[in-house]
Amino acid sequence: MNRLALARDMLSTPAPSCADTTVNGVAAVCDPLGALYLPDSGVVVVSDLHLEKGAAFARRGMMLPPYDTLATLTVLSAVISRYDPKVVISLGDNFHDRIGSAHMPAEFRSLITTMACGREWIWINGNHDPDGTVDLPGTCADELHYGGLVFRHEPRQGLQKGEIAGHLHPAATVRRREKAIRRPCFATDGGRLLMPAFGLMSGGLDLRHKAMRGLFDRTALVAHLMGRDRVYSVRFGNLLG
Amino acid sequence: MTAAERRKNDEYRRARRARPFFFRCRLPSLCGVNQIDTEASVTLPLPFTRWFAEKGWRPRAHQLELLRRAEGGDSTLLIAPTGAGKTLAGFLPSLTDLTRRGKIPPGSAFTGIHTLYVSPLKALAVDIERNLMKPVEEMGLPVTIENRTGDTPVAKRQRQKLNPPDILLTTPEQVALLLANKEAERFFKDLKYVILDELHSLVTSKRGHMLSLGLARLRRLAPKLQTIGLSATVAEPMELQQWLVAQQPDEDRHAGLVLVEGGAKPNISILKTEERIPWAGHSAKYAIPDVYRQLLDHQTTLLFVNTRSQAEMLFQELWTVNEDNLPIALHHGSLDVGQRRKVEAAMAANRLRAVVATSTLDLGIDWGDVDLVIHVGAPKGASRLAQRIGRANHRMDEPSKAILVPANRFEVMECQAALDANYIGAQDTPPVGAGALDVLAQHVLGMACAEPFDMLELYDEVISASPYADLSWETFERIVDFVATGGYALRTYERYARIRRTPEGRWRVSNPQVAQQYRLNLGTIVESPMLNLKMVKRGQGGRIGRGGATLGKVEEYFLEQLAPGDTFIFAGKVLRFEGIRENEALASQAFSLDPRIPAYAGGKFPLSTYLADQVRGMLADPDRWHKLPDQVRDWLEIQRDKSMLPKRDELLIETFPRGSRAYMVAYPFEGRLAHQTLGMLLTRRLERMGAKPLGFVATDYSLGIWGLEDMGLMIANGRLSLAELFDEDMLGDDLEAWLAESFLLKRTFRNCAVIAGLIERRHPGKEKTGRQVTVSADLIYDVLRSHEPDHILLQATRQDAASGLLDISRLGDMLTRIKGHITHRALDHISPLAVPVMLEIGKEAVPGEAQDALLAEAADDLIAEAMA
Repeated sequence: MNRLALARDMLSTPAPSCADTTVNGVAAVCDPLGALYLPDSGVVVVSDLHLEKGAAFARRGMMLPPYDTLATLTVLSAVISRYDPKVVISLGDNFHDRIGSAHMPAEFRSLITTMACGREWIWINGNHDPDGTVDLPGTCADELHYGGLVFRHEPRQGLQKGEIAGHLHPAATVRRREKAIRRPCFATDGGRLLMPAFGLMSGGLDLRHKAMRGLFDRTALVAHLMGRDRVYSVRFGNLLG
Repeated sequence: MTAAERRKNDEYRRARRARPFFFRCRLPSLCGVNQIDTEASVTLPLPFTRWFAEKGWRPRAHQLELLRRAEGGDSTLLIAPTGAGKTLAGFLPSLTDLTRRGKIPPGSAFTGIHTLYVSPLKALAVDIERNLMKPVEEMGLPVTIENRTGDTPVAKRQRQKLNPPDILLTTPEQVALLLANKEAERFFKDLKYVILDELHSLVTSKRGHMLSLGLARLRRLAPKLQTIGLSATVAEPMELQQWLVAQQPDEDRHAGLVLVEGGAKPNISILKTEERIPWAGHSAKYAIPDVYRQLLDHQTTLLFVNTRSQAEMLFQELWTVNEDNLPIALHHGSLDVGQRRKVEAAMAANRLRAVVATSTLDLGIDWGDVDLVIHVGAPKGASRLAQRIGRANHRMDEPSKAILVPANRFEVMECQAALDANYIGAQDTPPVGAGALDVLAQHVLGMACAEPFDMLELYDEVISASPYADLSWETFERIVDFVATGGYALRTYERYARIRRTPEGRWRVSNPQVAQQYRLNLGTIVESPMLNLKMVKRGQGGRIGRGGATLGKVEEYFLEQLAPGDTFIFAGKVLRFEGIRENEALASQAFSLDPRIPAYAGGKFPLSTYLADQVRGMLADPDRWHKLPDQVRDWLEIQRDKSMLPKRDELLIETFPRGSRAYMVAYPFEGRLAHQTLGMLLTRRLERMGAKPLGFVATDYSLGIWGLEDMGLMIANGRLSLAELFDEDMLGDDLEAWLAESFLLKRTFRNCAVIAGLIERRHPGKEKTGRQVTVSADLIYDVLRSHEPDHILLQATRQDAASGLLDISRLGDMLTRIKGHITHRALDHISPLAVPVMLEIGKEAVPGEAQDALLAEAADDLIAEAMA
């Protein structure tokens, strides 16, 4: 469990290896824990938390471990204590299904309340949870324009300037010396940035998948891959070596 | 094939198949039957004696013996070589009993099935029906026989439930499905015989565990039922004898044994060649011309290999030298079913001169007039070799002919050892092993689907199955808890429980969807995620045309490593990868000379413990070297001069420098899996001891580790103790720490999670297009391991991995064996024995730890680019 272990270590070792980038001219930092930090505005962005995914599956008869919510919140809490942001934006699919936030056990609810204390919290609605959150601090919205950027769950078709979106769970495959390694990544061409899924039980979709087609200027596209304890930046054209 | 041809084929097959059934024993000395009292003690019903007389045949001694015991009420294991008329022996008790019973008059009360025949192969169940119908019809017996497999139409299955046949031929999965049905009790209440074919191959797998639990339930539904096990020769017949009957704590219970010895000794040789035998590798390319000459000299040849990629390669190589245009075909499990059936039909009709095959052809069915078996690569186990050789000349009184083709020098020794073993009749079939917990979880849910169960009753039933005889009550409780709510310490899923306790204290399924889920997930064979591979044409300007023929299935993880334009071999063709469209992989014809080979996940057997011991024995004993080819003998002699040859129970460690690195090579001969685990553990320890190891590579015979510090010097000056390095305590904390990240364990977990019903099985063709609603087993594993490391499914995973992918028990035995017998040689140069493992360096997959290094390399490219 790399990110959870990293999150736990991070409390004691403060120097993370992040990758700096810009989105539509706004400086941004890709953190190996899977969060984006905008230093100028003090905003932390996370996407696709998919909280209560285990419970959502259990409701359908698949008894996945009930620990995903706690694990994801533990990592989120490490991010927040590192950056102490003014604003936290959760970019949609905050919960794995519509009733997830209403049915969430109280102890997780209070963890979020503690994290949100003293800062602004925005829940962007996603396709899994279009009705917003129940009984949680913060504001729900379909999209948010803030500091020259627009935050929404699903990326718009075509190239976009200044869009930060989630939904697709981007991952990139690096190939070197006949070996292939796939990792979740931040994907940006300088105009838009797609966030990796933050939820610890959420998978990834390759940047070459047809769902990604037309979203980026591939000549400028860089994948910031989440390694064990740092972010590795690789140009799209160089991924396959 | 035209309809007329097909009919002719079928007739031909029927004629051939009928023969081994009632084959008269012309050479009685060759089928000595043990423990036979007297043939006169059984009488056959009139239609049988008349039929035998008409044919001029007489039943074989072991067939009558089995009948006598069955009529005496005993369950029996029949061990006999191929072609001994095993199948008829198995059915004789049930056919005679049904004949005496006569037809059930119309209007009688419902009668359930009389005999259940279970085979590991669908095709075998279908074949047997054909073979059995012929004598039954000729004798005019009042017996109905039907098969039931996954391919049986729904209407027929429904009808079978209402109006069952006397004899039902089926597979373990179908038995589980029938038992999980509400009608199970009615359907099986009259069951008298259960015939288990190819039992030796069934019992050692999870399928065997599943079937053993099914059998336990059948015994409860029909307390008087008798079992008849049919098996090839095995190392421990008693394990199978126990498997066949209900076990009781502190009581020795086992079925009787009828053993038919031998058959004709096979004529096995190692390929004689003038070519240089390579030091390493598995392709056996050097031998292709010699192999081809053998094909020309024989009517029909079966070529066996150990992996699907070897099959592809061998097939390819044979076609490049096939100047006579011999009809040569390819048969392996990833090929499209239609293709495989075509090959099988052509084979049975004697239209092929050779078939290159993997284990898919290991079992059961006989394949036309094969007069030669060639085994390319070492057989890895003496019993496996015997099975495969049995495919040639399917009559037990004529010797089969086989040629072994070792791919490298160690394999020469291994082949020689296997050859010796075959002559002395040694057996190294794997043990039955403790019943898997994931299979138990599946079974518990199935039993709840059949009818509400009482936990104590079900426990008693389960431990009556021999693989589960040692299951503790506590573990059973945890499994039931797992089935109900996932068995987590954090009890948040009570309201979603799949099975619940009724007011009377019995467990029942919560809703009908649960039973449906059970049926969809049933089974113990979990394939890696696969995609269909489709042929496409490349049009003008590289445009890809619409899909053509489906060639078969390829593992998704393999495809992930390919970029469009990469070439690989599949279905005997060199293909160019074009990309993935929806849920299909597309490829076009390529003309590359240097294709990448599909690196399939499965299919590589580790060297068996028995053969490993034989190879060590041969290495230590120069008197046995005269059987080896000159070049191999020279190799061993130079090794003896330059370094040394270890004694049978000794572990040789060599250290030597090479380039800027220091190497350590160990020769445990315990198989690749155990060596891989050992390599992981040793590098951790060497790291701690300051040897700065950089990597390792494992083969079936040896393990090579390299690093920055001179390990030879460290041993010499006492900074590194080999006794400490190889101490058994590595199987404690070091193992645990490594397991945390091991991808091998993740793969095992995925299989367990599917079988246990934690995650849903993928159904090929039924996946949703685009983004699937699936959940990654790796991620579940990570979350579960960090929060509840003692969860029952993680325990099941460790138990599985210990005996499977990690081979930990074997590693443990080895560490015990070599204690106090480690010999170190510090050399200036690489030794002859070390060459094979050194040649493997760089061919291994990247372990988890090294993955980040490659990512860093890729990221450095970006930095270099920026700096330029």
